[in-house]
Amino acid sequence: MEQIPILQVGEFLLVSIQVDLHDRLVLRLQDDLTAQVVKKQAKGVLIDLSTVEIVDSFIGRMLGNMAALSQMLGAHAVVVGIRPAVAITIVELGLSLNNVHTALNVDKGIALLQTLVKQSSAEVRDEAYPL
Amino acid sequence: MTANKINRLTEIFTRHEKIMLEDWLREQLTALSARQDLISEPDLCRQSAEFLALFTPACRSGSLTDINSPEWKPVLDFLASVSRSRAIQGFSPSETATFVFSLKQTLLAHLRKELGQDAVALADEMWTATVLLDKLGLYTTEVFQKSREEIIKRQQMEMLELSTPVVKLWEGILAVPLIGTLDSSRTQVVMENLLQSIVDTGSRIAIVDITGVPIVDTLIAQNLLKTVAAARLMGAQCIICGIRPQIAQTMVHLGVAFGDVVTKATLADALAYAFRQIDCTVIQQAPRV
Repeated sequence: MEQIPILQVGEFLLVSIQVDLHDRLVLRLQDDLTAQVVKKQAKGVLIDLSTVEIVDSFIGRMLGNMAALSQMLGAHAVVVGIRPAVAITIVELGLSLNNVHTALNVDKGIALLQTLVKQSSAEVRDEAYPL
Repeated sequence: MTANKINRLTEIFTRHEKIMLEDWLREQLTALSARQDLISEPDLCRQSAEFLALFTPACRSGSLTDINSPEWKPVLDFLASVSRSRAIQGFSPSETATFVFSLKQTLLAHLRKELGQDAVALADEMWTATVLLDKLGLYTTEVFQKSREEIIKRQQMEMLELSTPVVKLWEGILAVPLIGTLDSSRTQVVMENLLQSIVDTGSRIAIVDITGVPIVDTLIAQNLLKTVAAARLMGAQCIICGIRPQIAQTMVHLGVAFGDVVTKATLADALAYAFRQIDCTVIQQAPRV
């Protein structure tokens, strides 16, 4: 059965989607991703859509869900590499993905994740040792 | 009967071509007396002569009722070129159609002179001539209309291209100065240009300047927000600037809001904010003595 690979890069997970997405595949990805975040204790998740050309409302919603699930499990999620046409489609579908961080490419996504992780660990320190 | 008809009209044209051309020119000049700035008399004379030179052989060889037959092709082509050039020169549709319709009066006058006694034949010939010239006149107007539409379409495309530039202000900062109202089709063009530029330059900040947008209503605000959301999906933050005081008041009255999008009064403010966002500082040097 088809499966989208989830790669570990340092303390982050990289999900590079290189096939046409369909509903069942996305559902399976969601299961795999949540399992992997817990198993690897990942600090961040990168979802790379740079080769995805078609996104429908369900997949758009699932992207938001995956990001929310990752946040809940303690990993920041960044969606990277959205193409212009896909971005316009998502906006026209009325999905703003407001709670999802985005970046132009994987490189910038990793930089963003690093700052996000640094920020949250600083917050944790502040709470542990209040001035 | 039909052969007879053709012969009569053609006969008149062949025999009196010179006189008819003169009469016709006089008609046209009186009709177009106010428009001598647009077309010179020699030009008009040349066009008329050329038309008659094509019209006479077409009359001789072709059917007088069907201008779609191949014999009439050169006449129609010539009329189309005249009509097109007049559309560009700025003639009105009726002035352009007058080119053909003014021939009618000349032709009818000559017909009356030729067939004055034979009322039945005169009526027949008049009818044929009228139908033929009406068809040619309508064809002229049709071509005129079409060429005007082409001009309008081309100008629309040019305006669309002209009014949506995306400029790079700094490494990582893009600016989109919007001019004119922002309808759905223009939003689409702006969005596509902006998103493509974000990909090409790898920018993190896009400044949307709406100084040139005369009205911001709920629809335009929604279109702007769509653009902002799409840019955000590409990893770029948008700043909206150039909201004029009047427009700000209208927007607040209408209850239009840009949500959590950063807005600034001027492009300079937006640029300063953008510099802070990309950790870039501008330093004012001490004045040289």
